[in-house]
Amino acid sequence: MMLQLSGLNAHYGHVHALCGVDLAVQGGEIVTLIGANGAGKSTLMMSIFGVPRASSGRILFEGEDITQLPTHQISHRGIALVPEGRRIYPRMTVLENLQMGTAKADPTNFQTDLDRMEALFPILADRRDQRAGTLSGGEQQMLAIARALMSRPKLLMLDEPSLGLAPLYIKKIFQIIRELKRDFGMTVLLVEQNANHALKVADRAYVLQHGRIVLSGTGAELLASPEVRAAYLDGGGGH
Amino acid sequence: MQAAATTHAMTLPQRLKDAFSVAFIALLLGIPMIGLTTTDEGGTALKVLTRWPALALFVAICFVGRLALQVVREALARRRARRPAKAPAQAGSSRLLTVIGWAGVGAALLVPVAFSDNRYAVDLATTVLIYVMLGWGLNVVVGLAGLLDLGYVAFYAVGAYTYALLSTQLGWSFWQALPVAGGVAAFFGVILGYPTLRLRGDYLAIVTLGFGEIIRLILVNWTSFSGGPNGISEIPRPGLFGYNFTPPGSEHSIADLLQIDYSPMQRLFFLYYLILALALLTNLFVRGMRKLPTGRAWEAVREDEIACKALGINTTHIKLAAFAIGAMLGGFAGVFFAARQGFISPESFTFSESAIILAIVVLGGMGSQMGVVLASLVLVLLPELGRDFAQYRMLLFGAAMVLIMVWRPGGILAHRAPTLVYTGPKGDQA
Repeated sequence: MMLQLSGLNAHYGHVHALCGVDLAVQGGEIVTLIGANGAGKSTLMMSIFGVPRASSGRILFEGEDITQLPTHQISHRGIALVPEGRRIYPRMTVLENLQMGTAKADPTNFQTDLDRMEALFPILADRRDQRAGTLSGGEQQMLAIARALMSRPKLLMLDEPSLGLAPLYIKKIFQIIRELKRDFGMTVLLVEQNANHALKVADRAYVLQHGRIVLSGTGAELLASPEVRAAYLDGGGGH
Repeated sequence: MQAAATTHAMTLPQRLKDAFSVAFIALLLGIPMIGLTTTDEGGTALKVLTRWPALALFVAICFVGRLALQVVREALARRRARRPAKAPAQAGSSRLLTVIGWAGVGAALLVPVAFSDNRYAVDLATTVLIYVMLGWGLNVVVGLAGLLDLGYVAFYAVGAYTYALLSTQLGWSFWQALPVAGGVAAFFGVILGYPTLRLRGDYLAIVTLGFGEIIRLILVNWTSFSGGPNGISEIPRPGLFGYNFTPPGSEHSIADLLQIDYSPMQRLFFLYYLILALALLTNLFVRGMRKLPTGRAWEAVREDEIACKALGINTTHIKLAAFAIGAMLGGFAGVFFAARQGFISPESFTFSESAIILAIVVLGGMGSQMGVVLASLVLVLLPELGRDFAQYRMLLFGAAMVLIMVWRPGGILAHRAPTLVYTGPKGDQA
């Protein structure tokens, strides 16, 4: 088991954001977490990184308890997070953004990794010396993913990667997630509101509601589940 | 009468109407302010006089001035529209800046030669360089790391007092005290940085402002330690390899050593070149830091702290490093200041100093090294050159600051040079 959360509780002030969440991600699989706005999806992602710190429960990564590790140490264990809203560095160039992804990576790998990323996202090679803030939303999302991959993570966590993107780019993002699994054997934990797309790429999926896991199963199972269809796919919170 | 109306070409009647409305407002305002005046008739009587010709002139100036302003604005808008929309070639402006930078260093080296008999000019140039150095130091904290620091003068004071105390109490020389004072200032930087790690923007600004005042108040009130408001005097001047710029005959006189005629200007030149060297070293140091992982992360923290955490950057270390290094550079400048003045008191380290240094960084363009130099020149020289304007001096100063911000909202030089340029697959990526 690559990542295992057991009985995870987290609070934002007095708000009980996560209530006893159990979740597991195995090496090489794509796991999706769906849920409505405010269900606690992003909180779950961030609490794996220790912001906010879990108030109780345990987070194991490759068998090691990382619940109390400082945030940067958690990242150095091999977890990369693409935060919600992309959060690229707008005034820095694309190349500089990519380099910031290598905070603790071996600098001799830089060129190899850069070539790999530019092969995966050719648009970044064209935009290399451009300020990242001048990129379109979709391009910025590609940059954010590439930046996270520069650290050679074992687990890639994506928080709402399709948020606010044009349909063409949404398709592309999910295409890339598939490629990452197929070509690099990447393990992905994906948080999405776009339940339809997310469940299609997912091996397994969890549904989060008011800070609790209410449903889990394979992507296909959840896609066929009447409850999920009603709540997240046919109108409701889905797109 | 908003700017939006003038971005399109106006017809003549529109222009006249616009100018008339401005003139009308000027007339309304002008009647009490210019049209009427009081004179003292002796005793308690005041007599109201009218000045209608002056008022008419004022209204006419407003009318014509408004028309002229329209024309200028339209010309500027047309020129802006003609300029190609895409960003200017970065490489070109970087190269130009490099050339200007070297020209500036050359000019700075020649200042004492050009003004060899002008004590005032060399003194003024030295002051400019102190502010350049302080600006470069604060630039690390504010410009690169994006941590708004309103109490930077505290580190300047810590450096100055450390040297003053070490030299007057323990007999340390300038060169012995310099690194120690830098270290002490850096320590104070960490003391300020640690509790403020989680603060940003206005909240951080308030805490740093308070920190600056605390240091100053300690210096004012702890009389037995710092001399209180009387400050510390007779601080030794810096020497060179154990020799001093003193009249011949005295101990270790450079004039005796080199068998040259003594002139008090020699010490001034030495101080000037000393601060020039310190400032240039500061510049090289900060430039070098920008290319190291820590320095690169400063800018990343400024841009987005959450993203930094997600990428595994230890933002605590990065911010503390920025505070410590910024403070250290301020401390070095403080040591020089104390050694140059020979006398320091808390008076020299008030909030207005912090404000001027911050203004230099902001007006120059956050993070821009060259911008700091230009802004220091403007902010230090302008009040000096403006002495002829007597009481209007500060008004002129304020107007210049407002104009710069209107003309270049991002600072005089908002250009940011990338720290990393692609050099091809086989190239060196440092």
